[in-house]
This record gives sequence, C-alpha cells and structure tokens, in this order.
Amino acid sequence: MFRFIVGRLLGAVVVLFFVSVVTFLIFQIAPLLSHTSPVYFYTGKVPFAAGSPALKALIHQYGFDLPVPVQYWQYVSGIFTGRTISDGTTVIHCTFPCLGYSFRQNELVSSLLTEAAPVSISLCVGAAVLWLVGGVLVGTVSALRPGSIVDRAGMGLSLGAVSLPIFFTGPLLLLVFEYQLGWINENYVPITQDPLGWLGSMILPWFALAFLFAALYARLTRSNMLETLGEDYMRTARAKGLDRRTVIVKHGLRAALTPIVTIFGIDFGTLIGSTVITETVFNLRGLGYLSITAISQQDLPIILGVTLVAAVALVVANVLVDITYAFIDPRVAL
Amino acid sequence: MTDTQAPPVRTPESNDEALLRVEDLRVHFPTGDGLVKSVDGLSFSLRRGEILGIVGESGSGKSVTSQAILGLHKGSKARVSGSIWFEGTDLVAASEHEMRAFRGDQMAMIFQDPLSAMHPFFKIGDQIAEAYLVHNKVSKRDARQRTIEMLQKVGIPNAAGRYDDYPHQLSGGMRQRAMIAMALICRPKLLIADEPTTALDVTVQAQILELIKDLRDELDSAVILITHDLGVVAETCDQVVVMYGGQAVEQGSVAELFAQPEMPYTWGLLASMPRMDRVRSTRLMPIPGSPPSLINVPNGCVFNPRCRFSDRVPGRKCFTEHPELSPTTGSASPLAVHEVRCHIPAEERQQILLTEIRPTL
Amino acid sequence: MTTTAPRPAPAGATTTSEKLLEVEAIQKYFPGRRSGIAGQKGNPIRAVDGVSFSLAAGETLGLVGESGCGKSTTGRAVSKLIEPTGGTIRFEGRDLTKLSPRQMRPMRRQMQMIFQDPYSSLNPRHTIGTIVGSPFRIQGEKPKAGVKRTVQDLMARVGLNPEHYNRYPHEFSGGQRQRIGIARALALQPKLIVCDEPVSALDVSVQAQVVNLLEDLQQEFGLAYVFIAHDLSVVRHISDRVAVMYLGKIMEITDRDALYERPMHPYTHALLSAVPIPDPAIESRRERILLTGDLPSPSDPPSGCVFHTRCPKFKNELSDSERDHCRTVEPVLEDKRPGQSVYCHFPQVRSDLIDGAPAAAGAAGESPIRTTRPRVA
Repeated sequence: MFRFIVGRLLGAVVVLFFVSVVTFLIFQIAPLLSHTSPVYFYTGKVPFAAGSPALKALIHQYGFDLPVPVQYWQYVSGIFTGRTISDGTTVIHCTFPCLGYSFRQNELVSSLLTEAAPVSISLCVGAAVLWLVGGVLVGTVSALRPGSIVDRAGMGLSLGAVSLPIFFTGPLLLLVFEYQLGWINENYVPITQDPLGWLGSMILPWFALAFLFAALYARLTRSNMLETLGEDYMRTARAKGLDRRTVIVKHGLRAALTPIVTIFGIDFGTLIGSTVITETVFNLRGLGYLSITAISQQDLPIILGVTLVAAVALVVANVLVDITYAFIDPRVAL
Repeated sequence: MTDTQAPPVRTPESNDEALLRVEDLRVHFPTGDGLVKSVDGLSFSLRRGEILGIVGESGSGKSVTSQAILGLHKGSKARVSGSIWFEGTDLVAASEHEMRAFRGDQMAMIFQDPLSAMHPFFKIGDQIAEAYLVHNKVSKRDARQRTIEMLQKVGIPNAAGRYDDYPHQLSGGMRQRAMIAMALICRPKLLIADEPTTALDVTVQAQILELIKDLRDELDSAVILITHDLGVVAETCDQVVVMYGGQAVEQGSVAELFAQPEMPYTWGLLASMPRMDRVRSTRLMPIPGSPPSLINVPNGCVFNPRCRFSDRVPGRKCFTEHPELSPTTGSASPLAVHEVRCHIPAEERQQILLTEIRPTL
Repeated sequence: MTTTAPRPAPAGATTTSEKLLEVEAIQKYFPGRRSGIAGQKGNPIRAVDGVSFSLAAGETLGLVGESGCGKSTTGRAVSKLIEPTGGTIRFEGRDLTKLSPRQMRPMRRQMQMIFQDPYSSLNPRHTIGTIVGSPFRIQGEKPKAGVKRTVQDLMARVGLNPEHYNRYPHEFSGGQRQRIGIARALALQPKLIVCDEPVSALDVSVQAQVVNLLEDLQQEFGLAYVFIAHDLSVVRHISDRVAVMYLGKIMEITDRDALYERPMHPYTHALLSAVPIPDPAIESRRERILLTGDLPSPSDPPSGCVFHTRCPKFKNELSDSERDHCRTVEPVLEDKRPGQSVYCHFPQVRSDLIDGAPAAAGAAGESPIRTTRPRVA
C-alpha cells in the first residue's frame, strides 16, 4: 500500500513537471509567433522603445537573454524562492508561491487564484454531490426495471439533459428562480461568512452544472448496474436468501459504482479549472472566469497560474481515485 | 462393458417420503424471437440422502431447472409452471418473500465457477457468515466462529487465517470448498450443485466430489448434481436424469441406466465419448446435427432430427407424436425405476443396444 | 477391457533422422513479480523448466497435466509464439531457437497452432474467408487455384459450407468455429500442428466431431500433432505417446498404452485414478488417490523432486532415508522400462487404476515390477 501511494505520488510529480515545462514553453513561443517582445506578455505593455537600453535592461532582468533551460530553472525556483518583478516603473516583490504578477489587474497571481479557487471549488463540490446522488439514483432505478416506463422516462430525460448546454439551462434557471420568483440571491458569498447566503448563491449554478453530469452518470450507472445484475455473484447473493435491497445495495451497487469512481475523479479534476460557462452565466468569479478574462486580455501570468492549478487539481484527483480504487477492489495489486 | 447386478440404490428406511418432487415443470422465456422453452415438462423426485444427477449438453435446460427450484426466476420475465413440492410447499406458487426463507437455509446452491460466483470485493469469511446471519439470529462473533468451523470442515487449512482472504487469493479448489462451506453453513436439506467441478482440474474434482459425498452423509441432505460428464454421474450419483431440449429423455437409477441405456440420445452421448479405460475399436461416433432450437421445438420426439433409428418406428410416429416417458421392460431388477421417452418398441430397443450400440462403445 | 489399438503406435525407438521435432531441455521463465519498496525482482516463474521430447512425422504426442503445469506454455514455446528462455527446438534438423524473426517466417508455415477458445481466437470483424485466407496474405503467397477457391476447398475439407465464405464468426456455433480455426491452420499445409485444448470448450457430441476431423486430417496430410489437453480420455483416444507434466517438468513420457495401463509415476497414478469413468460398476471398485495440498508456486519449486510435497507415495510408503533422498536429490527423467521415461526415484508399475481390477499379473509373461529401488546413500 505504502509503496503504491509513493509510486503514484512520484508519478504525479512527473506529470506536474511536464505541465510546468509546457506552460513555460508557451512563454517562449508566444513572442516568436506574435513578433512582440516577451516583455509584453509579462507586463501587458512594451514600456520602452524597441532596442532601447531600458528595454534591454528589462529583458535582462527577466532573463530572456539566458539559455532556455536556465530560464526554466529560474521560473520554477522562483515559485518557491520568490522573485522581483518589474514593468520598468513599478517593482513588485512576490514571495512563495510566486506565480507572477498581473500588471493588468495590479494583483499578484497567487492572490487572484486564492480568491477565485474557493468559488470554483464550491461550485464543483456542490454540483458533484448533486449529480452523483441524482445520477446514481436514476441509473439504478432504471437498471432494476429495464424497459419499464420508469426506465424509459429516466433515460429519455437524461438524453434530453445531455443535449441541453449550460448556456441554455443556466439562463432558464436564472429567469425562473431569480428574476420571476426572486427566490435566490445571485452574488457569491463565501461559506465562511454566511453559510446560508453561500447556499443561496450557489444553488442555481449547482443545478445547472449537475444537470448535465447527472444525465451522463445516470446512463453510466444504468449500464454498469445492468452488467452487474447479470454477474454470477449476484445470483449467489440471492441464493443465500438475502433480501432484494441487500442484494442490490450491498452486492450490486458496490461493484457497479467502482468504474464510476474512476470517471468521477477525472471529471471532477478536469472541472475545477474549466467551469467557464457556468461561472460566466451566473457571474461567479471563479477560476474559469479568471482565465477567460485573462485570455481576452492576453494576461499570460494569470493563464499560466490557472493552468498550473488546474493541472494540480487533476493530478491530485487521479491519485485519490487510484488509492480509493485500491481500497474498494482488493484485486488491485498494491 | 460388463453388465451389473441389482443396483445399489440407497433406501433410507427412516424417510421414504420424497424431499423434493418436481412435477411437469416448465420454464419458458418470452424473447423477441419467440418463446424459449428452456424446460418443458420435467418430473422427478428425490429423497434425503440421495444424489440425483442431471446430465445434458449446453442448452438442455439443466441449469434453468436448478434455478427454478431455488425460485431464482421469480421477478424475471420467465414463466414457470408445474409444481415443485418441497416438504409440502409448492415452490412454484410460493412468493419471493416465502422463497427467501428457503434459500440458503433449507436449500442451497453451489455454482460452476467459484471465482465469478463469489463477490470479488468481500472477504470469503464475511460472504459465508452472511449466509448464516440471514437465517439465524446470532451475533457476528458467533457467525464468524461458525464460519471458521465450516471452513475447517470443508478442508481448508488454517481456516481462521483464511477467513479474511479475498476470493482471488485462493486456488480454484479452495474457492470451491469455500463455496461449499457457504452453501452448507445452514445445514440445508437440499444441495444443488451446478457443474461444481467443471472449472477444476481432475485431481481437485476428485477431492470436491468426495467432499460433497461426505457432507451428504453427515447432513443426510439430498443433492442434485448438474453435470455434462457421464463419468461424474457414474462415480457420484444414485439417480440420473438425462435432459435433451428441455425434456427428460431418460431417467432412472444410475446402475440401471448405465447397464441398460435405452434412449438413442443416451447412446449417442456414450458413443461420442472417448474412454479412458480402453481404446475404442472404432472411431468416435458423434451425434449428427446440432441441438434443437428451443423456440421451434421439433414436432413429435424432440430428438428426431438427429436420431439414427427413427426409421425403426412404423408410420413416422417419431415426427408426429410426442413420446411419453414410460417405464422400460428390459431392466435386470423389477424394482429399479427406469423410464425412457422413445417410440422404438422396447424389444427392438434392447436388440439395437445389444447388436448395434454395445460393440461400438 | 479391450485394448486393441486402431493403429500401430510408433514406439519411442525411432531414430533421430526420422524426427520431425526435437525439443531439448527448453525452459520458459517469466519475470517474477516485483515486491518490497525498492521493487526487487522476485524469483522468476519457471513455467517450463527443462522439457525434452521428440515427435516423428505423422505422430501425435499428448501433453497432459493440470492447470499451471506449463503444458500450454510448452506448446507456445515449441511453436515459437513465445521465445523460450533456454534449450533447443529442432524442426527437421534446424534449430529454431537460433533463427531471427525473419528467418523464422518461412518456418512458421510448417508449424501451426489451434487454440482452445474458438470465440476469442477469431477476429469478429473479419469474414471466414478472410480469416482462413490470412496465412496466404501473411506469407505473401498466391495459391495456384486462387485464394478464394483454395479457402473454399479448405472449408469444405473441414466440414464447413464453402458458401459461408462471407459470413462472420458470430454466425457459427462453437464446433464450427473450431473448424474455422482448423481450416486456417491447414491453409499452408503444415507438417506440425500444436493443438492447445482444441476440444475443451465443446459439448461431448461436438467434441467427437472435431476429434474425428483431426484424426482424418492427420491420415490425409500426414500431420504431426502436439495435443495439449487436460482431458485424459481424449488424450488416450488421439495420442500415440503421452507426456505428463507437473510444475513445468515432464513426470512421465511413454507410449499411450503403457501410460494408461502400466503408469509408473505416482503423479500419473493420481491423475488416472481421479478421472471418473462412465460405468458405475467400474467406478464402485476403483481406488481413488487423492492428492493433498495445493500446487506449489512455480517461482519457488520444492527442492529435490518437485512432486514430493504432494506425493502420496512419499507420504505413506517411503522410509525416512528414502524421503531424504526425494527431498534432496532431483530425479532425472530416464527410462525405467524400455521406452518409458519416468521422473521418479521410486517408480512403480500400477495397472489397477483404470478399471479397478487387481493387477493382472503375468499377462503376456510380463510381471509388473514393484519398485525398482535405487541405491540410497
């Protein structure tokens, strides 16, 4: 077990290394493609005339004149040891975790991220709970009576839900519950300040996001459950004289949900940094919103920061999935 | 083959009443292609302490029969009719709720592949104890104790240590022993073993069959042994039912049926088997054709499309009239029960067996 | 008991020059599982550990043993589907283990393989015509009569309807699929076919059809078979000689009739006694030798004789000094009777295991020898 976890963590480090290399290379390639000074992508402007000594000094300060591997090392070590950043007029000192400074927003990337991350995490965790419960419930009920009205209704509904995009369901929910009924307050409130307000602000985005995933998970649960119901050990469980509920919940669901754990981990990990549409529709200042703003402003430090955070989330989720899987299924060799 | 004398049928004096009586059992599955008649009019009875073999090839309906006895078709689309009398209760009419009290307690089942028949995520000990806990109001500690005793009884070494193993950690033979422990933990009166040794090696098969016989003696249970292997039947069983196309085509005591087989399908089975105890003087004689469709069952005798002897029956009776299961006349002992479903006249059957079949076996 | 052999069994006395296949001390070790935090390699799994046998053209060698004994791995190594770890395989005098994959290619047409599972060994997306004709494509060969014609002839030969050329595997029954596999193996007119449990998944009546087909094809094309099976009845029916394997080694190898009627190795005894015979009269008088314990791990085989941990004779009959001998000295597979090689220090002829009759002594002036005791130090 210990060896297994250590192995997975080492694997995670390798993945993060590659992510950091790729993000770093974007810094190298973007100026070449757009024929602008690399300084532009850091500061959002080119403060000095091309070829002027001041610009050269700035370039030197960023280390753009150094060999690429050395630049990479400075970038990575800078995250831990901190760096001094300047656009020629303002000088910023950033400490660990130093992911850079956005001159557009006049804010350290790390503090932007710490503001945005709780919003995204609130959104994703809440939606995940909803879609898991809803999807598994609908899928299981459908699988128990394949071909029945309940099954067809459930699967029809989920097919509809899969085909409806969030930018349709989101505004619809807003229209009904907020503008018409006035039940719900739109502005995000951190859970630490006002749990009820937090709930009120998140409930619509949760449903909008969960709707799509619940549909996918219902279909997945149904097919896994149907397969599990045909397994020999389910017959054994009945042959022991167990009642139907024990057979289905204890023996069936446990096996049917195991593959879903894997998919859930990946879905959840991916989602953390990419709930752009949901956040935009509901005006939530989460990671997705942050990155989409940064993209439109060509604010590279923020884009890189979000990318790194999203990658870490995905990698961590994967490690957790593997460990969970090993606990659920004793056949997985540790 | 040498003829045998009076069959060594077990006759328990204490309990002459049949424990299980299956009468005209039919299990039909509606499908998109039509009604699949998996079991179509099967009758047999079984006393305590007896081992009944049900033998047949894939699709003959033998496994479906065993599941019908346990009521496992309840809640599915299968249509079950006829009756299965178990100590005065008709299991066909019983509700799923009533059946649950029988399953695992009065009657239990072991399956062909113990690896897939045990839940991969649970410890074998817990799976066995679960079977005990459903039917007995005891503490988990007592159930664990009982499980360990049972594991010892079925010959698993270091039973207490094995309790916490998962199915994949045991060898095939040990897994099947654990499965048997699970089936017998409530001391059932009826044990159904569905191809219990097919997935196992011969030396392990010998151990498992021996174990089943020992436990039968100890619990005085009745056993239904479903198999495709006539050798296993000859070794283990007292009674045998030969199934083909969902019907019993020949049934009787093992000694009688092997000494004097009378149904052309049984002959076909015997003639197509290579023998370990001798080298055949001729080639194997496969049964021509393929098993019948269970949707469009042939008119008349279910075996007629593959039977070499239907021309011996006057007037195409084999193709028009469904033969009844009727007692044979050629048996060595007048007491022996031996029935066969065949239109060929009894004397002619014995003649064919003597002159045409015997020499080729 | 009638023991008229339908065809003369070639005794083990054929000379080297006539041998089609000579396998000498082949080994196949698989890397052991890693264990421990640093991931040290475990002991290698000795799936096949020094197996030697030979096969004449047109002959059938049965390879029997229980699951995990290495019989399938032996078959795969012999046909070079997997690379043996050691030993030599001489096919018509050429050492296959020294050939490069390129040099091996033309040799492959001489030796083909049939597998147990007719469901998984056929590509479900290819038609029967494509499957049976694939060896021609792989070998880059154009048969004179054209591929389609040749394939249809092959199909007819194995008892399939040539009109089904364009059908897919799922449209066939298990027995028919096995025929497809046989047709594919026959396409390049091989001299040797390694049959890995070819009839184990089939019902008795279908099994008989396939066994008969294999026999007919052998007669017609002079094929040699290595017939791997766990079913001792089928092996007795089809083989000329039989090798019994246990834990990657051959325990006993001899003529078919000698093996079934005068087996000498205690493991052969246990195997034969365990197979039920469809005759209750015989069954009631047979002795059953039950083996105890589980198969030892092939990555950590017992010292001395690999069978001693489960050997009934070791347990019940031998003296302490004899047991020591079994535990410490590994026996050699050698002739204990003419043409009967046995891997055992204390072999013993037993002829009562199959039909339960007490050993018929003096039959054909040949008294069954009791133990031939080696000198024990």
